[in-house]
Amino acid sequence: MGNRTPLYPLHEEAGARIVDFGGWDMPLSYGSQLAEHRAVRESAGMFDVSHMTVVDVTGDGADGLLSRILANDIGKIRGTDRALYTCMLNDEGGVIDDLIVYHRGPGDYRLVVNAATREKDLAWMRRQAEGTDAEIAERPELAMIAVQGPQARERAAALLPETAREEALAMKPFVAGGFGDFFVARTGYTGEDGWEIIGTGDAVMRAWRSLADAGVQPCGLGARDTLRLEAGLNLYGADMDETTTPLESNLGWTVAFEPPERDFVGRAALERQREAGVPRRLVGLVLEGKGVLRAHQSVMAADETVGEITSGGFGPTVGGSVALARIAAEAGDSLGVEIRGRRLPVRVVPPPFVRRGKVLI
Amino acid sequence: MSEVPGDLKFTTDHEWLRLEDDGTVTLGITDHAQEALGDLVYVELPEQGQSADAGDGIAVVESVKAASDVYAPFECTVDEVNGALADEPEKVNSDPYGEGWIVRVTPASPGALEELLDPEAYEQLLAEADD
Repeated sequence: MGNRTPLYPLHEEAGARIVDFGGWDMPLSYGSQLAEHRAVRESAGMFDVSHMTVVDVTGDGADGLLSRILANDIGKIRGTDRALYTCMLNDEGGVIDDLIVYHRGPGDYRLVVNAATREKDLAWMRRQAEGTDAEIAERPELAMIAVQGPQARERAAALLPETAREEALAMKPFVAGGFGDFFVARTGYTGEDGWEIIGTGDAVMRAWRSLADAGVQPCGLGARDTLRLEAGLNLYGADMDETTTPLESNLGWTVAFEPPERDFVGRAALERQREAGVPRRLVGLVLEGKGVLRAHQSVMAADETVGEITSGGFGPTVGGSVALARIAAEAGDSLGVEIRGRRLPVRVVPPPFVRRGKVLI
Repeated sequence: MSEVPGDLKFTTDHEWLRLEDDGTVTLGITDHAQEALGDLVYVELPEQGQSADAGDGIAVVESVKAASDVYAPFECTVDEVNGALADEPEKVNSDPYGEGWIVRVTPASPGALEELLDPEAYEQLLAEADD
């Protein structure tokens, strides 16, 4: 038996197929993964993401610490109620993890990091924090759900105190705030509008039940993966890891080289790579015919292997197969993918493939 | 509980086979298999006339989750493929023993089916896998 979230009994009750995910027993699907995917694109679905690790970084040293260990600039959200997506890098510029950081108040930040990287992230952060006035506190008592889809916010607003609803619904993308029992952020991992909601296990369990009663579709990790793939959002451990830099992972936009005096971990390595020319890039692929692109299939240009698929699958909203692939910078756009000994032509596109319910390719 | 029809033979790879009146054999994947795979999104079918040895892959079923081979349980030649699956692979999910059939083959030797599992033995296999 793996770790279980507070919502586990509800998943079991709903007949979910449970799988191991980074040491956690998580729902893969509650029936049809395609129906769950569709619910998020067309109305509203919800995901238990309580396995993710919530870490609060507080104190006089919090600003300084995060400014040094995050590749994006915490200065962009200091003094605001906003969230920031960023990578945490090692000295070689490799990605230790990707995460969301919320500014909650002066010297008060909340980070949400991946479940599978929890231990190394915490160890790394604690080592970096030695001798500073930053406190790092994991918040294992907190649970988290993502309610996503065009109708998600409207449905989830009913969970909040009546007096708070208007203010919560007025939050712009990437804004967060505390409302009643919950910390609510207009963020997600599906390419759709929605909220991520953090609270105690009890409060989140009540929220899940009442959303289910209101017709919000419970969705498992299967739909989460097809939704994020269509949305062109990287998955840590598949599309990037410690051996790849953000510049090779289509995440250059998350690296703040300005201001030049901010000396973040990995900066020197990234500057060297930028100077020398980034050797590989992460691109989107669309399979022209029938079939399914899968992780680790080879990407070919003429007779040469120029890269590999890092994430691939069937995109239910696209109605065909799409993938993210890391290929040589000079590979060009005339590519094919080797599937069971046959070469099938693919089209190179910039991700995302789908955003806000619309197919972009 | 998965459905296991009484007039079929089965393999340990969760395929079903039905001996037709003309001596050909229709093959598909079981209800248990389609459920384990999840929603099917693509079926790769063999060429008509293609021959296969026992244990060769003759088709590939791909779900949202993974690709899975369909094996020839005995030496055979492909007579017909279910072309409808090209556009509607979900028929394998909705009707695995009917419209979701995959190929029809001619066995190289007439007694080929005798070695395979009968419905009771297949149910036993499923029950043991559940434990």
